[in-house]
Amino acid sequence: MTEAEKRPQDGASNLVRADPVLEARGLTRHFRIGGLRGHTLHAVDDLDMVIAEREIVALVGESGSGKSTVARLLAMVYRPTSGEILFRGRPVSSIRGRRRVLAYRGQVPMVFQDPFSSLNPAHTIGYALVRGLKLHRPELDRRQRQAEAERVLAVAGLVPPAFIMSKYPYELSGGQRQRVGFAAALSYRPKLILADEPVSMLDVSIRIGLLNVMARLREEEKVSLLYITHDIASARYLSDRILVMYAGHLVEQGPTDDVLHNPVHPYTRLLLSAVPDPRAEMSVTSADVGEPPRVIDPGEGCRFRWRCPLATDVCAEVTPRLRSASPDHEAACHVTVPGSVPRVVAGTGR
Amino acid sequence: MTPAESRVILEVSDLCVDYASSSGTAKAVDQVSFELSEGEFLAVVGESGCGKSTLLFAIARLLSPPAEVSGGKVVFSGQNMVAMSDKALRALRWRDLSVVMQSAMNALNPVSSIRAQFFDAMKAHGESDPKVARARSQEVLSMVGIDPVHLASYAHQLSGGMRQRAMIAMALLFSPELILMDEPTSALDVVAQRSLMVQIKQLQAELGFAIIFVTHDMSLVSHFSDRVAVMYAGQVVETRPTRSLFDNPLHPYTRGLLDSFPSVYGPKVLVEGIPGSPPDLTDLPVGCNFSPRCPRATERCSAGEPALCEFDDALVRCVLYEGGTAGGD
Amino acid sequence: MSTAALSGSALPGAKTPLGRFRTGTVGGLARAISSNRKATAGLVILVVFCFLAAFPGVVAHDNPHAEIFAPALGPSAAHLLGTDAYGQDLFAQLIYSTRESLLIALVAGLLATVLSVIVGVTAAYIGGLVDNVLSLVTDIFLVIPAFPLIVVIAAYSKNGGDPILIAVLVVTGWSYGARQLRVQALSIRDRDFLVAARLRGERRWRVIVSEMLPTMTSLIVAIFLGTTLYAIVAAAGLQFVGLGNPDTLSWGTMLYWAQNNEALQAGSPLWAIMPGVCIAMLGAAFALLNYAFDEVSNPALRPVRRRRK
Repeated sequence: MTEAEKRPQDGASNLVRADPVLEARGLTRHFRIGGLRGHTLHAVDDLDMVIAEREIVALVGESGSGKSTVARLLAMVYRPTSGEILFRGRPVSSIRGRRRVLAYRGQVPMVFQDPFSSLNPAHTIGYALVRGLKLHRPELDRRQRQAEAERVLAVAGLVPPAFIMSKYPYELSGGQRQRVGFAAALSYRPKLILADEPVSMLDVSIRIGLLNVMARLREEEKVSLLYITHDIASARYLSDRILVMYAGHLVEQGPTDDVLHNPVHPYTRLLLSAVPDPRAEMSVTSADVGEPPRVIDPGEGCRFRWRCPLATDVCAEVTPRLRSASPDHEAACHVTVPGSVPRVVAGTGR
Repeated sequence: MTPAESRVILEVSDLCVDYASSSGTAKAVDQVSFELSEGEFLAVVGESGCGKSTLLFAIARLLSPPAEVSGGKVVFSGQNMVAMSDKALRALRWRDLSVVMQSAMNALNPVSSIRAQFFDAMKAHGESDPKVARARSQEVLSMVGIDPVHLASYAHQLSGGMRQRAMIAMALLFSPELILMDEPTSALDVVAQRSLMVQIKQLQAELGFAIIFVTHDMSLVSHFSDRVAVMYAGQVVETRPTRSLFDNPLHPYTRGLLDSFPSVYGPKVLVEGIPGSPPDLTDLPVGCNFSPRCPRATERCSAGEPALCEFDDALVRCVLYEGGTAGGD
Repeated sequence: MSTAALSGSALPGAKTPLGRFRTGTVGGLARAISSNRKATAGLVILVVFCFLAAFPGVVAHDNPHAEIFAPALGPSAAHLLGTDAYGQDLFAQLIYSTRESLLIALVAGLLATVLSVIVGVTAAYIGGLVDNVLSLVTDIFLVIPAFPLIVVIAAYSKNGGDPILIAVLVVTGWSYGARQLRVQALSIRDRDFLVAARLRGERRWRVIVSEMLPTMTSLIVAIFLGTTLYAIVAAAGLQFVGLGNPDTLSWGTMLYWAQNNEALQAGSPLWAIMPGVCIAMLGAAFALLNYAFDEVSNPALRPVRRRRK
C-alpha cells in the first residue's frame, strides 16, 4: 500500500549488525532416542546465527532440518546440549528465576504453526490476551490492558477488535487465529518474534495477508522476526536474509536475493530447482527423490554427501564449516566455496 | 501436449453433492460439468472448502452420509456411475478407475506388508493367482522407482515419498484408464514433491492413463497439467488449458489466487491476496458466490448466478465474460 | 488432514478438531439435550427422582417410619405397594428413600471424580517420578477387589453409617476415572496452546487448572456420570450386606430388611423388588445421560438422520 510497506531493499545492508538482538554460537541440541541401543538424534549441530534489530530473517529447511528445534531453543523451551544463545549480548543460559525467564519470554515470544491448536478452545480471545498482558506488563491497569489488547488486535488486522475479543477460537477462521497469535506476541512489546511456520497451514490466499502483517510489525512496531518456513517463495517475499538448514546444519546464509539468485551450496541449488514457479519455465529437475536427511548418529562429514552430485572424499571425512563465498554470503561446502581449505581435524582418522 | 482429438472417457454433467447438517443443507458441489479425454491431466484446484475433494469422491462414489450426490451424471466408459449398483461399481473399480489418497500413512495398513496389501487389492478385484499378483506387484513398484524388495516392507519403514509412490503403484495394478488423485503430494517436502510429479508425468506418458489431480497448490501443477479447473464454493469458476490460465487468468478469483503466490525470481511487489473468507455453504450470497470478495464486482453480480460460458479457450463463470465477449462494466 | 487447513468455516457447523468442547451458552447445552432422545429420557428420570428426593411428602402421604399398619399386606388402594413385616407403608418408604440413596450416590460420585481429576491430571502434567508414583497408586487401587475390602472395613466399623459408606465408595471408585483422565491429559499436554500458556509465563498449577481442565470437561462429566452410576449400585450392594446404618431410610437398607425378613418367601415380594427397580432406574438415568453426553461432545457418534427429500 504505502511506500513504507514495500520491501525495504536498501535497509537490509545498512542494518546494524554490531549490536545484534539475538546471536547463537555453536548452538547444538541432541535428543536421545531408542531405548536400549541409545541412539542420538542430532537435531541441531553447531549453529551460528545473528539477528539484528528490525531485521526479518528466514530460516528455511525441510522437515528434519532442525528449524523448529532452533525456534524452541531460542524460545527457551529446550535447553541447548552445547553452545550458547546471546540475547542483547547477555547469555540466555544465565537467565534464571521465574521473573527473569518471564522477561525473556516477553522479549522473544513464539507464534505457532497450527491455527487449530495454538489457542485454547475453552477461552475467549480476550482472555488469552489479557492474561498475557497481566503477566508481562504488570504496570498496566485493567482499562489499559483492554486498550492494549484491542490495539494489538487492530495492528494484526483484526477489526473491530472489541468484537473479536469476545469470540471463541472456533468462531474465527484459521487466518484470524494466526493473527491473534501475532497480536498476543506483539502485546508483550518484544524485540524478536519467533514465527514457526505461521502460514503453512493456511489457505494460499490468506497467507499473504499474514505475511503483510509480519512486514508491518517490522516497519511500524520495530520488531525483528525469525520466519521459519519450508516455502522459499514466501521467505523471499518477506525476509532480508535467508538461512538454509539441512540435517541440523546451517549450510548457507546471506541476503535473500543474493542467496536465491546465486545459490552456492548444492542443497540450496537442489531446493531452488524443485520450487515450482508458475511464471517461469520448469527448471531442470535432478534425479533426487527427496530422501529424508540422516540425523541419527550421523558422525563426521557433510550430511548432504549421500545426495550431493559434487561429493568428494573429503566430504565424508570433515564436516564443512560456513565460509565466505562472497561478501556477507556464506556456505558450508568443501567443493563450491572457493578457496575453502578443509581442516583435517586431528584424531578423526577415517 | 493436449490430446486434441482423443476420445472422451469421463463426462461429468451438472453434478451436485449436498451435505446435510444441523444448520441446513450445504451445496458442497454445485452443478459441476466437465469432460475428460483419454490420457489427459486435469488439475482441480481451489482452497479448503471449495468442494474439490468432495467432487473427487463423488466421481469415485466414495461419499458417505451426510454427504450425498443429489443430482447430475457421471458417465465413465459409457455408464452412469451415479446410478450404478455396488456390484457394477466393484467391477469398474481399480480395473478402470483407481484412487490415490492424500496421505499414504492414513491409507496404508500399518500392520500389513506392502505385498499383502497389493495382493489384497488384486484379489478383491478379480486376480487371485499369487504368481500373477507377485509379478505384477514387482512390476508396478519398479515403475514408480521403488526396489521390488520393498514388497516385504511395512509402511512405516518407507519414507514419505516412497509411501506415496507405493500408493501410486497400487493404483496402477490393473492399468486403469483413469486415476483420481487427492492431493497426493501435500505431505511431502518440495524436492520429494517435484520428484513425484515428474514420476507421475512419466508414468502417464508411458501408460496413457488420464488423471484428475486435486490440489490446493496451483503452482505445483503449473508445469504438469494439461487443463486446470478452478473451484470456488462448490462451483467450477474457470476451466482452461494450463498455460493460458497462468498467462492470463480470466476469473477474478483465479487472478487473485495466482497473485497470492509470490514469485521467487520475478520483481518483488507487494501482494494483497483476497480479502475476506469463503462463504458459508449453507448461506450463500445472492448471485455470484465470489461477488462479496471480488475486486471487480458490480450490481449485475448480485442479480443472478452467472452460468459457465465459453470465452476464448476457456469456460468461465463470471458476468464479465458472459456472451463470449469481455465485459468491462 | 489437509495441510491447507481452512480459511473460513465454509462447511456448515464447522468446528475445530477440539470441538468436543461446546463452549458458550447453557442454552446450547439445553438444545443438545432436548435434541437427543437418550439424553431427554435420562434427564426426565433424573428430574423425577430429584423431585421425589426433595419433596417426598407430595407423593407419599404416609409417614414411612410409622409402624402403625397391619404388617405384610399386599398392594391395595390405601397402600400402593403393601406394607412390610413391621407394618410400615412400603410406598412411603420407597419414596422417602430416594433422598438418601440419591445423596449418597451424588456425594460419592463427586468426591471420587474430584480425586480422579487431581491424581490423573497432575500425574500426566508433571510427569516423571510424580507420574510414576501416582500411576502406581492408581493401579493398586484399581486392582483392589472392592468387596473383600468392604468386608474388612465392615468388620472394624459396624454401624459407622453413611460416612464410612461414602468413603468406601470413593476409595474403590476413583481410580478408573484417574486412568482415563491421565491418558487424555497426556494427549493434550503437548498441544500448542498449552506450550503457549507456559511460554506466556503461566505457573504450572494455573496451566493445569485454567488451561487444561476446561478442555477436559466432557471427559470429567462423563467420569462423574459413570462414577455416580457405580456408586448407586455399589451403595445398594454395600447396604444390602449391612455396611452403612441399617436404620436409615434408603433403597439399599430396604433391601437389607427385606432380606432379613425373607420378604420374597414371606409373601411381600414387592418389598424386595421395588427398591431394586428404583436403583436400576436411577442407574439407567445416569447411563443414558452418559451415552448422550458422549454423543453431544463427539459428533462422530451421533446417529445419522437422513433428510427426506
